Amino acid sequence: MATTTQSTPLSSREPATRRRRRRRAGSAGRQMHAGWLTYTILTLFTIGSLYPLVWQMFASSWDNSRLNKPTPPFWFGPRLWHNLDEAWNTGNMGHAMVNTLFVASCITVSTVLFATLAGFAFAKLRFRAKNLLMLLVIGTMMVPPQLTVVPMFMAVAKLEWTDHLQAVILPMMVSAFGVFFMRQYLSQALPGELIEAARVDGASSLRVVWHVVFPAARPAMAVLAMLTFVMAWNEFFWPIIALTQQNPTVQVALTNLGRGYVPDNGIIMAGALIGTLPLLLAFVVFGRQIVGGIMNGALKG
Amino acid sequence: MTTDRTKAAPPADAGGAAPRLTKETPPGEAAPDDSAAKTAGGTTKKHAAQDPASRAKRERRMRWRSRRYRWDIKYSPYAFISPFFLFFAAFGLFPLLYTGWASLHSVSFVHPNDMEWNGIENFTRLWDDEFFWRALRNTFFIGVISTVPQLAMALGLAHLLNYRLRGSMFWRVAMLTPYATSIAAASMVFAMLFGRDYGAINWGLGFLGIDNIDWRAGDWTSKIAVSSIVIWRWTGYNTLIYLASMQAIPNDLYESAALDGASRWQQFRNVTLPMLRPTLLFTIVVSTIGATQLFGEPMLFNDGDPGGGSQGQFQTLGLYMYDMGWTNRNLGRSAAIAWTMFLILIFIGLIYWALSRWVSSNTLEESS
Repeated sequence: MATTTQSTPLSSREPATRRRRRRRAGSAGRQMHAGWLTYTILTLFTIGSLYPLVWQMFASSWDNSRLNKPTPPFWFGPRLWHNLDEAWNTGNMGHAMVNTLFVASCITVSTVLFATLAGFAFAKLRFRAKNLLMLLVIGTMMVPPQLTVVPMFMAVAKLEWTDHLQAVILPMMVSAFGVFFMRQYLSQALPGELIEAARVDGASSLRVVWHVVFPAARPAMAVLAMLTFVMAWNEFFWPIIALTQQNPTVQVALTNLGRGYVPDNGIIMAGALIGTLPLLLAFVVFGRQIVGGIMNGALKG
Repeated sequence: MTTDRTKAAPPADAGGAAPRLTKETPPGEAAPDDSAAKTAGGTTKKHAAQDPASRAKRERRMRWRSRRYRWDIKYSPYAFISPFFLFFAAFGLFPLLYTGWASLHSVSFVHPNDMEWNGIENFTRLWDDEFFWRALRNTFFIGVISTVPQLAMALGLAHLLNYRLRGSMFWRVAMLTPYATSIAAASMVFAMLFGRDYGAINWGLGFLGIDNIDWRAGDWTSKIAVSSIVIWRWTGYNTLIYLASMQAIPNDLYESAALDGASRWQQFRNVTLPMLRPTLLFTIVVSTIGATQLFGEPMLFNDGDPGGGSQGQFQTLGLYMYDMGWTNRNLGRSAAIAWTMFLILIFIGLIYWALSRWVSSNTLEESS
């Protein structure tokens, strides 16, 4: 299937970076070259991954009379702008986009900030019950969202926060995954001597955070920001309970698009396209970083 | 190692090095000199000539600074972690407990703040509730047929991506793209792709000579369709996680295996899989948690109706909980379902924990 080239063995004592460089430079360890079968399988899976999105784009440019035919569309039709316009204006998608952008930005900023602070404390500072508290952080990931929804709904009703955006921002402002992610990164990327040096210069903890931790954490903060933004943008369960169509996020507005006497599938797909497009564009631009972030997070997790 | 560090710390605590903050010293004072002298062993004779008032003032300031420094060292870690725990207490722990409290009451959706004590009736009613058992069965089967193929495919794909590939980054990004699609958008797209008359999937199956399938109406077909949404969104993500830990496996393990004459398949079975075990366990746990909470996909596959099809054939526990609270307007029973879900998750967690201990003790015996 593939050419098995077992060339000079690499010593595993080498630092990871050099090993990676050597690998890229072309000295093959166990890594063999991929054969045509590998490429075929990967191509099939890539088509499977991308086809629903491509189909969505095509479908959003036709009307029901074309979509209600057995053969799916394989190219753009004439109604793309009309459908986008309908979804944007009558489907409330424009309003929802602004809301979602605001909500996701707030959640991202606060999650990254608090996760960096807590991650720094867990990675580099000494305090009592540290390990127990870290275990608690990980344990909080197990709490399913369903378990918190009933009381939060009651609280929202009591505070009359239905349709107010703080109802969907506040509960999402911290993330246990974020704390864990930043702890893993900082315990490796931030040398203890750097903190000691700042201490000797008389820097308070806050100054250490500002002048030492934040600069060192910047790459991980960027990755966490991207992951959090994707998650916040796509959040569905709680917004559908806390918000109505008066003041929806994108995901809430999407659920309404399908509800008509005769649902216009082209408009529904145009709405879904609007809701997905910003993240898809981000993927085209930052794909490499997002992939790297997930893989780095996985390694240490 | 940590104890070493605690021993190294006290000099800082005693106020030696830290308060020497040249920047903040007022021009008239010789603070840097002074603190240097102190750290050197307290030879203060040199400065005895200075007038006592400013000395006392300086000492007060020094004391204040070193105290502030001690407080800073002692309490700022708690300040840094407190936002997380405060938010979790408010939006995680409190609701969790309150849900337990509400599950013992009769709570109406219309007046959610008028609660009436109900004892464990909400739970006993679940026991006799055929819809609950149906939802539990559905959740279990959808969970299995979405998780098992997903992780198996991810493992295989990660193995392929671990080869030396042209455009490796392209494949990775392409595999991950579904992850960027929201549950809502993905479910709506798949609902149409799985359409009975005009869906692209039935069209494709037509070439294989298969007649149009009414995916949504069937028992198993609807479960397969819902699972395929989950599989589509998460396979790429899990692939990357597996790939990352595959790349972390040291090369010499493979080399010594190859020297022992292990084939490619044997290397995969005897080197890759055991080294991936922690990652495998991690992904299995995460996928199980996700499967237990499955909500958006089956709801939007059914045009936003939480009923889960005409026979409730794909109504999951998450949907049943929502249905009970927000369609039947009975928040108390809804809370009881939520807590039951939590108990099921804890139960599954315990099983996994026992399994992982059993597996690791077995491998220890094997290797010894």
